[in-house]
Amino acid sequence: MSELTSLTLKSALEGLKSRAFSSVELTAAHVATVEAARPLNAFVLETPDKALEMAAASDARIAAGEAGALEGAPLGIKDLFCTRDVRATACSRILGNFIPQYESTVTANLFGDGAVMLGKLNMDEFAMGSSNETSAFGPVINPWKIEGGNQSLTPGGSSGGSAAAVAADLCLGATATDTGGSIRQPAAFTGTVGIKPTYGRCSRWGVVAFASSLDQAGPIAKTVEDAAILLTSMAGHDAKDSTSLDVETPDFASFVGRSVKGLRIGVPKEYRVDGMPAEIESLWEQGIAWLREAGCEIVEVSLPHTKYALPAYYIVAPAEASSNLARYDGMRYGLRAEGGNLTEIYENTRAQGFGAEVQRRILIGTYVLSAGYYDAYYLKALKVRRRIAEDFDRAWETCDALLTPTAPSAAFALGERTADPIAMYLNDVFTVTTNLAGLPSISVPAGVDAQGLPLGLQLIGRALDEATVFSVAGALEKAAAFRSKPAKWW
Amino acid sequence: MSEVSGTYTIKGRTGDWELVMGLEIHAQVASKSKLFSGAAVGFGAGPNEQVSLVDAAMPGMLPVLNRFCVEQAIRTGLGLQAQINLKSRFDRKNYFYPDLPQGYQISQFEFPIVGEGEVLVERDDGSSFIVRIERLHLEQDAGKSIHDLDPNATYVDLNRSGTALMEIVSRPDIRAPEEAAAYVKKIRAILVTLGTCDGDMEKGNLRADVNVSVCRPGAYEKFRATGDFGHLGNRCEIKNVNSYRYIQQAIEYEARRQIEILEDGGSIFQETRLFDPTKGETRSMRSKEDAMDYRYFPDPDLLPLVIDPAWVEAIKATLPELPDAKKARLQSQYGLSAYDAGVLTGDGDLAAFFEAAAAGRDAKLVANWTINDLSGSLARDGLTIASSPIPPSDIADLVKLIETDVISSKIARVVFEHMWAGEGAPAAIVEKRGLVQVTDTGAIEAVVDRLIAANPGQAEAVKAKPQALGWFVGQVMKEMAGKANPAAVNAILKARLGV
Amino acid sequence: MAIDASTVRKVARLARIAIPESGLEPMAREIDGIMSWIDQLAEVDTDGVEPMTSAVAATLPLRDDVVTDGAMVERVVFNAPKTVDGFFVVPKVVE
Ligand SMILES: [Mg+2]
Ligand SMILES: [Zn+2]
Repeated sequence: MSELTSLTLKSALEGLKSRAFSSVELTAAHVATVEAARPLNAFVLETPDKALEMAAASDARIAAGEAGALEGAPLGIKDLFCTRDVRATACSRILGNFIPQYESTVTANLFGDGAVMLGKLNMDEFAMGSSNETSAFGPVINPWKIEGGNQSLTPGGSSGGSAAAVAADLCLGATATDTGGSIRQPAAFTGTVGIKPTYGRCSRWGVVAFASSLDQAGPIAKTVEDAAILLTSMAGHDAKDSTSLDVETPDFASFVGRSVKGLRIGVPKEYRVDGMPAEIESLWEQGIAWLREAGCEIVEVSLPHTKYALPAYYIVAPAEASSNLARYDGMRYGLRAEGGNLTEIYENTRAQGFGAEVQRRILIGTYVLSAGYYDAYYLKALKVRRRIAEDFDRAWETCDALLTPTAPSAAFALGERTADPIAMYLNDVFTVTTNLAGLPSISVPAGVDAQGLPLGLQLIGRALDEATVFSVAGALEKAAAFRSKPAKWW
Repeated sequence: MSEVSGTYTIKGRTGDWELVMGLEIHAQVASKSKLFSGAAVGFGAGPNEQVSLVDAAMPGMLPVLNRFCVEQAIRTGLGLQAQINLKSRFDRKNYFYPDLPQGYQISQFEFPIVGEGEVLVERDDGSSFIVRIERLHLEQDAGKSIHDLDPNATYVDLNRSGTALMEIVSRPDIRAPEEAAAYVKKIRAILVTLGTCDGDMEKGNLRADVNVSVCRPGAYEKFRATGDFGHLGNRCEIKNVNSYRYIQQAIEYEARRQIEILEDGGSIFQETRLFDPTKGETRSMRSKEDAMDYRYFPDPDLLPLVIDPAWVEAIKATLPELPDAKKARLQSQYGLSAYDAGVLTGDGDLAAFFEAAAAGRDAKLVANWTINDLSGSLARDGLTIASSPIPPSDIADLVKLIETDVISSKIARVVFEHMWAGEGAPAAIVEKRGLVQVTDTGAIEAVVDRLIAANPGQAEAVKAKPQALGWFVGQVMKEMAGKANPAAVNAILKARLGV
Repeated sequence: MAIDASTVRKVARLARIAIPESGLEPMAREIDGIMSWIDQLAEVDTDGVEPMTSAVAATLPLRDDVVTDGAMVERVVFNAPKTVDGFFVVPKVVE
């Protein structure tokens, strides 16, 4: 059983194809592991019956020679994705017992390729958070612990459940979403691989919206190749999403393992921020050395507006969220609170239904869009956003990809940063820039810190150039040879 | 500008007041599916039957724009002689209401698809004035709240939610209540001619928001000269008025209300009001403390709308003849008066009916019969020209009978009544009912001679006072059951009486 | 632009979120702290910069005017707190 769950997606697919084991066997092993891992709080809804039913159907298709690219592979689904007839909450009280009567395009793509759903994964409420502590279901506990310590650490957020589940071998891969770093930072905190593709690669249809112009779905996986396999299935043009890019989806896995000789890798000097732990600085240096050894040319680049990305993000994202979350009003679905009149019912519903961080962001978003503040805040942020995107355009004149740390720290203790919103927001300082610019970026586990916690390095590519990102990520993964696994304590 | 809306003066206790109006007309696009979803648009479906998951604003649902609706907006813009903006954008207008599922309306705020244009509006007397169009934009309609099915709850039907509307915004160029109605009438005629909206006001497919303010004489001219709204009074917006009569009533009531407040030393607060047709009053929709702040911003689910100029040209090539052009042509081609041509073009179907009937006939006569007798009968029986029981060919035949002296105009009225009653073609009615006009001078002379002999006193009177001839004409017509040719009767009488 | 309790009250009203009187002041301090941090954006020269409203350079796709959706009342009202005969039933709205 533990053998089956410790497989990579790639090797599991090979095993299924060669009939070394069945999908029902593989799925049953994962179902049992998921049950045993409840102390992690990674799943907010387990769907073992559905999983085994899907697995049996997969086995039938394999037997009939009709296997899809992910046939029989059990995955975890972030609770932000609507899955037909299976409760979706976005980890908020406000959705109550919402049962979507539709299937998101991304999960439909995965299931169409034969993937099996183990259940819905925990996350920050409406994907707003960097530590999973805003979830209405309580935080996910990072499977990793400080060497010799027993403190509960955050798996990062918002896709903390996805990252923890993959790190703890609860699933072969998981869907996730990234609005400011929500795939990459949890991947870095859990020793997993996570890629946020180019904005528009994955359809947003059926994914609960946080900030529409920034949200992108992507996978969290055990290896770069697994991430590539998953993204190939998830991505694709969708006429139901007006921002979906009408482009072909390449076989991303075919770029993993390719030579990176001659590629120019940019190192942005502005990412050397004050107070960054020395270990991260040295891991970054190590990453540069590995890529140089692999034949890359290293160039220093400047992204002068980097420090303004987070403040710009904290206008754009809350503004969009304040409007996107207006539909949670208790009228057509979800929680409806009591009140003396309609306005009170709205106000009480939303006060009781939304958690503190979501309320704070809705208020900020409402404020920056309100009369008299729009130009000073919202419009200004959109202009700064343009400046940030232009920084990248300039960088692409001298390099093919960028290498940066993923996060400014390793996983921290639960409760450690909840009192200081800005300290929490700073988690995303290296990741948020690519959401603003719409660029693909991946986090690859590259080492551990002195306390034995995983650290990630981020690679950023040109728009729609996931190919180069995967190639370089593959080279980095190979050089780093990161094999550590969290010691099982649950 | 030469032709401007005529001023309408209200005498107050403290002096004269004038009105200033700008209108926002919401016209439902005649599309099969909604602006941003594939759900059907229509009337009469059961509750929430024409609702998609997008229209119900389920989590994660996204809008996709309907090409046909964009085309209709461009078409309408061209019909309003307006600027087509090749790049426009959709914005969100945020507010909470149970029939607004998303919590925002997708509309166009900063960059509408159609910019400035102008419309020539006819008054009833045939004169006209110009109303400048500020913009036309596309937006979603809301759903419907039903308040009278349950005393303790409101029922919401989202069938209408997401339906495409064109909002046509005028400049404050309208100065009198009846001119506001005339403006709406003209916009409706243009939309119906273009086929971009069915113009059905009863179903709410065309409705107007009327912005009303009052000012002292002279202030408006200062506003027009400077563009400074400070010269005008604060305005109130009366929402969703859906008949010409209500538009006038609402304006008249609202103007008097505002004047009373001002004359009592109060001031007008900009607000949204509703017109209650049963009471003939407007009332405030929401309290002042709830002042709206819609927080418009670009909809991040949508990208800029970019229109290929070739598309605009292609649409231009398919435009039908618009009411102004049609009016001019009817005048020159058929020799109609401005008034008749104006009435006929006020309704595209009416003009088409006229043209079908007028071919080869006396066009003025055809116009008279179409505008007066036929339209009058249709209105009386609640019918439209499209559902007229009398086809154009029968009106043409009726006029032909008059032209060829088979019947008189007077008899023609009798024939028309039989036609209206469904008795068939006019010639057959004339035949069957023996209504053929008597033009045989011998028969008329016999009657004339007999009447003169029987009424010597009257005959003397006519010789002294020729206007009295009418009495004899009446008597002859009476004797001959109205079938005598009136011209022949006159001529014979004059000859016999020597006048 | 310091944010005070009355600003929070106004914004919360617009956002339809009930905040108890006692919660206004702490929330104002919190948001004020965040906005002060955001104020560093003023340092960026954005003269003549076109606002970036989307991360993709594409333009809006258009769909054909065909009825492809709707006619699914059960799915539409499936999660409704209250329905009658296919209507959503909501608290009495006083106009
Ligand atoms: Mg309006
Ligand atoms: Zn409107």
